[in-house]
Amino acid sequence: MASHTADEPNRRDFIVIAAQAFAGVGAAVALWPFISQMNPDASTQAMASIEVDLTPIKEGQAITISWRGKPVFIRSRTPEEIKAALDVKIADLSDQSARNDDLPEKAPATDANRTKKGHENWIVLVGICTHLGCIPKGQALNDARGDFGGWLCPCHGSHYDTAGRIRKGPAPRNLEVPPYDFISNTKIKIG
Amino acid sequence: MATHESSYQPTTPLAKWLDQRLPVLRMMHGQFVDFPTPRNINYLWTTGALLSFFLALQIATGVVLAMHYTPTAADAFNSVEHIRRDVNYGWLLRNLHAVGASMFFLAVYIHIGRGLYYGSYKAPREVLWIVGVVILLLMMATAFMGYSLPWGQMSFWAVTVITNLFSSLDSIIPGLGTRIVQWLWGGFAVSGTTLTRFYSLHYLLPFVIAGAVGVHIWALHVAGQNNPTGLDIKTASDSVPMSPYAVMKDVFALVVFMLLFAWFVFYVPDYLGHPDNYIEANPLSTPPHIVPEWYFLPYYAILRAIPNKLLGVIAMFSSIILLMFIPWLDTSRVRSAKYRPVYKWFFWLFIITVIALGYLGSKPPEGSYVFWARIFTAYYFLHLLVVMPIVGVTENPKPLPRSITEAVLGKSGPVGVGAPAAPERR
Repeated sequence: MASHTADEPNRRDFIVIAAQAFAGVGAAVALWPFISQMNPDASTQAMASIEVDLTPIKEGQAITISWRGKPVFIRSRTPEEIKAALDVKIADLSDQSARNDDLPEKAPATDANRTKKGHENWIVLVGICTHLGCIPKGQALNDARGDFGGWLCPCHGSHYDTAGRIRKGPAPRNLEVPPYDFISNTKIKIG
Repeated sequence: MATHESSYQPTTPLAKWLDQRLPVLRMMHGQFVDFPTPRNINYLWTTGALLSFFLALQIATGVVLAMHYTPTAADAFNSVEHIRRDVNYGWLLRNLHAVGASMFFLAVYIHIGRGLYYGSYKAPREVLWIVGVVILLLMMATAFMGYSLPWGQMSFWAVTVITNLFSSLDSIIPGLGTRIVQWLWGGFAVSGTTLTRFYSLHYLLPFVIAGAVGVHIWALHVAGQNNPTGLDIKTASDSVPMSPYAVMKDVFALVVFMLLFAWFVFYVPDYLGHPDNYIEANPLSTPPHIVPEWYFLPYYAILRAIPNKLLGVIAMFSSIILLMFIPWLDTSRVRSAKYRPVYKWFFWLFIITVIALGYLGSKPPEGSYVFWARIFTAYYFLHLLVVMPIVGVTENPKPLPRSITEAVLGKSGPVGVGAPAAPERR
């Protein structure tokens, strides 16, 4: 067929191209299940949201729970810690985005935007350092909490403040605030 | 035939560069594009391509299923259900794999029947045929171990029964069979340990099959393909290039076969399985009537037809091993049964025998079923050991066409190109 491709394309050329296109599309479609099967399956999706009872957490204490296989930090902050977080000027932050999954990307990283209104003593964060994915220290009472009283990542020394914002070290972003809601005064639903 | 002049011409600078260093494109072109294919091959010659497709599909779907399957006694059964219900497209991938195994065997039986009818095992294709029988054995081992993985009642008891075949060796050397069976099981009964090793081997063997298929195709391309006349390619007009002629024929056959495959996959994915395999394996209770998958039924019928444990096992294994000796059991000078007026009838009787054994294998071992299974088992072996050698000598074959070209075009075809009907090379 190569001999007459330079000439006027004929019906045979059309049939060949059409057949190849059909086969190509078919092959691409057939490939999709083989790729899609690696996505989170239905049983994983079903575990996508969890409820957490906050009553056992006293002021100044923190717990770590597992949500979608990731650690989530829940800390009941003391008035001093809240004040420390409120006193920070946005302009001093290296990442000025709230990084709150419930808020738009552009929301500023104020303490109000990192917590829920009326529940400002609670901070809920995905406990994964935004640098390279280690879990920062600061949950246990005798943990090193870094220069800003929040969390300190032991891997490469990223310091987070009491609102989980990056203040010092290589991490590029504030700790992520997962989507969550207070379903009662003492219970939250994450996811 | 294997040493035909390849018309490969590298066109791009990269292709020329590669051709001087690793002429893999030249080899592919010579073996799969302009390889001389007999001009008269029929649709039965598309089964080879079908089988290659199914091997690739089984490996592709199998690799993916292995990402979601758990080979432990506690979780295996549930992980298969997890695949069918939770995993994205898991239902499709599992159906493709399970039905694909059946289609694989359907295609391989047609492929073997084709070889038997047209004498594709005769010189110079004996090694090609023997490698084919080895592939069949590997396929059977792979399918058997794959069937154990869902860990349902049929899986469990199939493993128990088939591995226990080796215990028949106890009647030769007391204790030997028991030792072998315990070695296979990794315990004193079929257990999760057995399942895990079968899973490992089930993953390994398809790649061994792929290697054997490479050897099979190599041997095929040394001797060249057989064809319905059984004659060799003698002149250029006897053959056409593999691409596009044979390739398009393969593709068309594949599309048609896919219709059947898709019907099973999408509409009756469990039709070829057994409902009892949806009951989780229970080592304390055997289902009232256990049967293997349909593609093992003829061998199962042979096993049960013989009232002695050891002899039954020997008969079952020899029914397959004997196939390796067919190139020498068939004494006829003529390859294709098309020109063998007597043998042709025996061939169809043999096919009926195998199908009948398949039917009888699915029935309980009682009453007239046992009687008929014995009759057909007897013929299975008589055909291979007595009919093939004797008919090959006593039969008076029909005259062969002078060439493949003459068989297609008649005597009016190109004249002066064909050699006189030479006796076949042996």
